[in-house]
Amino acid sequence: MTDDDTRHESPSQTAGPYVHIGCLPNWSGIAGVYAEDPGSRLINADTRGERVSVAGRIFDGDGAPVLDAVIEVWQADAAGLYPSPVETRGAADPNFAGWGRIATAFDSGEFRLDTIRPGRVPYPDGRPQAPHINCWIVARGINVGLQTRVYFADEADANAEDPVLSSIKPRARLDTLLAQPDGEGGFRFDIYLQGERETVFFDI
Amino acid sequence: MSSDQSSGYLPRDRAWQPPALAPDYKSSRLRSPRQPLLILPTTLSEESGPVFGHDVIGPHDDDLIHNCAADGRSALGPRILVHGHLRDQSGRAVPNALIEVWQANAAGRYRHPNETYIAPLDPNFGGCGRCLTDGDGYYRFLSIQPAPYPWPNGPNSWRPAHIHFSLFGEAFAQRLITQMYFEGDPLIPLCPIVNAIPREDAIDTLIARLDMDAALPMDMLAWRFDLTLRGRAQTYFENRPEGL
Ligand SMILES: [Fe+2]
Repeated sequence: MTDDDTRHESPSQTAGPYVHIGCLPNWSGIAGVYAEDPGSRLINADTRGERVSVAGRIFDGDGAPVLDAVIEVWQADAAGLYPSPVETRGAADPNFAGWGRIATAFDSGEFRLDTIRPGRVPYPDGRPQAPHINCWIVARGINVGLQTRVYFADEADANAEDPVLSSIKPRARLDTLLAQPDGEGGFRFDIYLQGERETVFFDI
Repeated sequence: MSSDQSSGYLPRDRAWQPPALAPDYKSSRLRSPRQPLLILPTTLSEESGPVFGHDVIGPHDDDLIHNCAADGRSALGPRILVHGHLRDQSGRAVPNALIEVWQANAAGRYRHPNETYIAPLDPNFGGCGRCLTDGDGYYRFLSIQPAPYPWPNGPNSWRPAHIHFSLFGEAFAQRLITQMYFEGDPLIPLCPIVNAIPREDAIDTLIARLDMDAALPMDMLAWRFDLTLRGRAQTYFENRPEGL
């Protein structure tokens, strides 16, 4: 710390195996406390943009699917605008929440996100970033939430000039951030916590 | 006056935060990335974040004693008030921030499909709640004191009593989940999850203090728990005149 006035961030602790109670109570069987689970609807019928789904699983170091994770996503609207007070370039689509929260299924570990393809957002130096969905992953065994991004494999030109993707070394690891078309109109994005195919996680 | 926000958020202090791999916490062994994190400056994607208004918060969301109880009933256990101040690393209050909490009941049992502990459920306790910080960054909620519980880590592992906290700031970069412990709990120094945090003074910031000044006489004890979110990097040009 260089500044005496700077305080420490509160230490993180694992979300534990029962994170759903606090974050997705209805999904975990606690009905009647919240009308709906937070982050359960990113889009509605009037949301602008191309509908996309991103589905996948999270795998641990033994290759077993993680059955108790919660993933939060945060993304720009179809025009590349964030529904946030920090956004100064224009007003984001009022029918787009931007933030969503999903769990991996208790039995299969499968997650599925229904959203729209985000537009491009500038890097601090003004260069456009490729369309991406920011992800934050918490679970039992994860001491500090893991930050990663979903990019789209069919955005080859935008991906090639993306400042974040460009900083990944070795280049082969870049593939871990590309959601692949599943042949049925959706995208597949599997996350590997360890091993040969370990996903790129950010300190960002 | 103009404020230069291009310097983004302070990087996480990884010597203060727990490492991904804390071998004594067994679940971290297979769930910890082994490659170094890719360090990058925050962009608009991380400097923005969702906003939660009072419209999403129900009138009883901050009262875990009653929010899952039958009419006229309340949860079993010592009644407690938990309150504190949410600030960022530069000491600025974080107003209108969503705080979500979850916890075991007064017998140490969670209401969850994967819970297997033999202790009983309380039919009048759900274990989830939420509140927003006020305009000055202060929050409070009501609950019952959770009990310690055993967990399958070592042959005889027990969690200290705790409440899980999920915190939103103004930016997705500030997103944080942590746990609050109770001053004086002898299980705190024995817990491998707590001890994943490398520094004693860091652990100490997660221990709530008994706050007799905030206790409600003949009603409930109070615990004070302050929290700090990531702050913005120093903005050297904060007071530069317009146009420069
Ligand atoms: Fe817990």
